[in-house]
Order: sequence, then structure tokens, then C-alpha cells
Amino acid sequence: MLRTAAEFSARVRHAEPVMGTVVSFDVPAAAVANGSLDATVSWLHWVDRVFSPYRPDSDVALLAEALITPDACAPEVAEVIAACTALRLQSGGYFTAAPGGRFDPSGYVKGWAVERAAAILSAAGSSNHLVNGGGDVQCVGGRGEAEQWRIGIADPFRRGSLALVVAARDGAVATSGVAERGEHIVDPHTGRPPRGLASLTVVGPRLSCADAYATAAFAMGSAASRDWIESMDGYQAYAITETGETWQTSGFAAHIAPG
Amino acid sequence: MRRALLAVALTVAGLVALLSFKTAASDVAQPAASEASGGSGPTGTSGVSGPAGVSGTSGQPTPSLPPVPAGARAITGRVASTVYGPVQVQVVVKGRKIVGVNILQRPDATELDIQIGQYALPQLIAETLTAQSARIDTISGATYTSGGYINSLQNALDSGA
Repeated sequence: MLRTAAEFSARVRHAEPVMGTVVSFDVPAAAVANGSLDATVSWLHWVDRVFSPYRPDSDVALLAEALITPDACAPEVAEVIAACTALRLQSGGYFTAAPGGRFDPSGYVKGWAVERAAAILSAAGSSNHLVNGGGDVQCVGGRGEAEQWRIGIADPFRRGSLALVVAARDGAVATSGVAERGEHIVDPHTGRPPRGLASLTVVGPRLSCADAYATAAFAMGSAASRDWIESMDGYQAYAITETGETWQTSGFAAHIAPG
Repeated sequence: MRRALLAVALTVAGLVALLSFKTAASDVAQPAASEASGGSGPTGTSGVSGPAGVSGTSGQPTPSLPPVPAGARAITGRVASTVYGPVQVQVVVKGRKIVGVNILQRPDATELDIQIGQYALPQLIAETLTAQSARIDTISGATYTSGGYINSLQNALDSGA
């Protein structure tokens, strides 16, 4: 069947409540027609069933209670555990899959699951889409063939306002902070909320990394996090401190949207 | 509509945080949104669909709403329940742009509720319109809970998309 250009360029937005948040999609209409949006949504619900620490029958809950071992779990569980271990070492312990001593890889799972959701859409033929999991974004292509996605960074001091806008093709944007849920990140070394930052945004190729880096960097506090992200290839950070000042790593300016 | 939706989603997070910061399980109580067209639209209906069709809620209905400009559509979201009471919002859309947001129902049981209604909601509405003009596709950093996101305004926008 012949299709018009308008049909090809038609976009669909979808918002799915899952994983304790809402994951929203901006996809070509073809992703609905070919079933890949449905497949992506199913993937996220599967992740929730396997990885939710709040479901008593999830693999993660059973592991935390030592009722099963990783080899009895879905293979993705071992993949996540390995990634969390690598991130813990890379971050000097500021990223942890055992906050409060109990196994809970949630700090990694959301970003990883959303990154993979975007990959499922790519594999099904979409070259322009965006997935936002509770404020952490993976985008592929742009909002049009030649355009970039424009991703607003929430202002932690003015609810409903933006601090700046990032422009991206094929990339991830993750923000950690105290903006909407109150202080929910603690320094694993002290058990207390870190001092110094109100919000920290990491941009880079992959959301699994960007999200975990943003979480760990936020826990490090302002000065240490800046040096840490600066040392990393391909990832840049923008931070807003508790006193309302801002800083950015040396390559971040290239990500700020013009206009 | 896409950008408008996103801009509003951020505001919604703020709105629900204001109304239900003690964990409100925001549950969607009513079926689909309703629409009304301004001017002489092809649907034959005109004016604004108010809260008259909503039953079983105890919020304060707004007695009168501004008329919908010619060529614009008013889209009424379903009622979102919060621990403080029902919230229902209407967006007025012209073309692909939100030109207004009306609060149809809001909690009014306490002095705080009334203050929120009088001061905070208008500010959030203004911010919605501001964020929209920033031309954004999505927002990073607003960690909405599902309860905060699925609500009347989201529903209105989804229905109008």
C-alpha cells in the first residue's frame, strides 16, 4: 500500500505508567502500526516484574531475601549486577546496588531499561524517537530528519521552569536532584543526603551510564563530582548548586540548545 | 500538541506536588475527556464543557469560565483524585498551541487549599504557557510519580493530541 509523506512523518506520543514512574514515548506512527511500541511497553513491564524491589515475587526481591541465587534468575539480572559492580568501582563506591545494605539495583535499572526500550524501537526500524523515563531521556535521531531533540532541564528552584535547554541527536540526558521528590539520594558513605548540589545533569551517549553517573556524582557533592565527570570520555555535566550557582564540565556548552 | 503536552507535564508534576505532597495516590476516576469547540466548529457544539457532567466529587466547581475563542477548542480532562480532593483541569488549544488552562475543580476544604487555589495555581498556569514557548520536546529532571502524572491535565492533552 502506498503511503503519503505525511503518514511517514506522523508522530505518536504515548505515556505508560510503569516502574513507579511514567515512561513517555515520542515515536513515528509506524512504531504503533508495526507493534514495536507495544513490544517496548511490554519490555518495561517485564523489567518491573523482574527488578522491582517492592514486588515480593520479583527476582530482585527474592535475591535480596537470599531465597534464590542469580543463576535462578532471568539472565538480565546477572547483566545488571555486573554493570552495578563496575559502576560501584568506577565511582569509588558512590554508586551502589545496595543502598542501606539491601540489594536494590533500582538506581541502574530505570536508565538501562529506558535505553534498551529506545534500542527496541531502533531495531524495529525507527530512526527518530525519544523515550523519557521519569525525567531521564534516551533519544535516537532527532525530532525530524535534520533536527535535534530539545530537552528542557528542570529548574530545581522554580518548579515548572527550565534552567536551560539541551539539544541532542542520538544521546541521553539524566538529571539527579531534589526537585520533585525531596531528598532521595544519600551518600552511601555517610547515609546522609549529600551537600552542595541542587541538581546535576549528565549528557552522553547511553542513558544506563548517564543516569548512574548522575546519581553517583550527585552523591559526591559539587567539587568532587565536577572532577569525576570531567575525567570521563563522552559524558558532560551541568550542575546547579544549593546556592543557585551553576557550573559545567568543559564540553557541556556544545550540548546547549541555540536560541 | 506534543510540546504543549510536555510543557504541561512539568507543570502537572508541580501542581500535584502542591496538592498532594503527602503522597497522594492520584487515581483516575472518570472516563475519557470531553471536548468542546469554540466558534462555529464543524462539530456543532460551542462553548465550554464545564464540570456538569462530573458526579460524585466534592471539589469546588468554578462557577463560570471564560468563553472559548473562535477557532480554539476546550478539552476537559477527567477528574484526578488526590488526598486533598478532586482536581480537574481544562486546556484551551488553538491549532497546536495551548492558549489557556482553566481549573474546573480543586480542593477547597482548608484555608491552605484555598490559598493554593488563589495563588499557586495561576502561577503554575503561567509557567505552563512559558514552558511551552521554550520549544521543548521533553523535560529532564522532573521525577514525577505515576500518581502525579496521570491526572486531569494529562488526560485532556492526550485526548486532544
